[in-house]
Amino acid sequence: MQAFDFVAPTSVDEAVSALAAGGGRARPLSGGTDLIAQLQEGRLALDTVVDVKRIPELMAISISDDGLTLGASVACQSINANQAIRDAYPALIDSTHLIGGTQIQGRASIGGNLCNSSPAADSIPNLIAHSVTCHIAGPNGRRSVAAEDFCTGPGRNVLANGEFLVAIEFPAPPANFGAAYLRFIPRNEMDIAVVGAGASVVLSDDKSTIQSARVALGAVAPTPLFVQEAGDSLAGQPVSEETLAKAADLAREAAKPISDMRGTIPQRKHLSAVLTQRALRIAIDRARGTKTVDELGRLNGHG
Amino acid sequence: MAKRIAVETTLNGEETVFLCEPRQTLLEALRDNLGLIGSKEGCGNGNCGACNVILDGVLVNSCLVLAPEIEGRSVVTIEGIAEDGVLHPLQQKFLEHASLQCGICTPGFIVSAKALLDDNPAPNEYDVRLWLAGNLCRCTGYDKIVRAVLDVAENDA
Repeated sequence: MQAFDFVAPTSVDEAVSALAAGGGRARPLSGGTDLIAQLQEGRLALDTVVDVKRIPELMAISISDDGLTLGASVACQSINANQAIRDAYPALIDSTHLIGGTQIQGRASIGGNLCNSSPAADSIPNLIAHSVTCHIAGPNGRRSVAAEDFCTGPGRNVLANGEFLVAIEFPAPPANFGAAYLRFIPRNEMDIAVVGAGASVVLSDDKSTIQSARVALGAVAPTPLFVQEAGDSLAGQPVSEETLAKAADLAREAAKPISDMRGTIPQRKHLSAVLTQRALRIAIDRARGTKTVDELGRLNGHG
Repeated sequence: MAKRIAVETTLNGEETVFLCEPRQTLLEALRDNLGLIGSKEGCGNGNCGACNVILDGVLVNSCLVLAPEIEGRSVVTIEGIAEDGVLHPLQQKFLEHASLQCGICTPGFIVSAKALLDDNPAPNEYDVRLWLAGNLCRCTGYDKIVRAVLDVAENDA
């Protein structure tokens, strides 16, 4: 790797200063599973690497009746090991269980997955389905952005010079809420999504009607794609295969994939519909309390 | 060249200080600066697991950790698995089951399996295969590796 300076600030303000001083040639380091690989391969050249994991706020997990706030650098492994998160946000575990293998999960963070801003990122459709808010610090103070507005292109996002992601905030799940993330890959493990789909629903108290829903897709557009019309089509509709199929059709229409080594346009459009419908089914099962994270884990090929 | 950094860490249970360049990975520092050449570089980008070490109790790819990151932290490498010159049961069972041929992947597999058994002393075959999915071996076909790990797990259970 080419030479760079390394700093490990212990406060958000120090990190902002270090990043702002570096201009476009300073980057925050969390788990490094993308950043260090990109530096190794010469795809990224930096003057300064700012290790943000010594900042308590970036490593904090806060879960309460108000929701879940995840420090941007919290590793997937820490999320997987947190029983309160597994109970309240099982769909988040769908993502953290399938990002890389054991040793990648020991380092990779949801914040890093978001900031790497891959169109195929396995956490982002999930964050969109959960209506997550991204908290950003920078030279001009703090600001917040909705997850669906964070990515602006492949590897690009709203972060300006000197800004970095501090935390992501999940609202408290409303009553009768359920969510799920599914991806398609041609093998059992260790692959990048051909298509991914995140979905969430809020059901009526008798659990027969969908009050609201959100659908987001991965790997079918230059950014993770919020398919608002698919979720909106379900509002006020009965829980039925017909209504889910209609939402799935809207997801297929919204998908604007490319053909590449992982899949073709027709395959990805087809998968967009299939995965949307399946993710919605699981979200509904979870809202009804009839599916656990472990059952879904097996659906995704994970113990 | 960027200034070298002094890093204080606990390495295989011993307080250790070493100098490194900020751009060095933990794997490079272990092999080139500290002479611990048990951890191997297979892919150098987090795909193969040959460089796996245990960092503060968590399994990681040492090729995807910068050496200065381990300041004040604890690292266990393949060199720290045997105790007092006696092979760890995993090492012994890898020999008995002939779970290696060329041997490049073996340190990573043993460190990964150690982290698994620390986390779950009685894994089933599925648990073992899933946990080791990020370790690649081009010789054995994995079966003998999985059997060795299960043999240790059964003995412990």
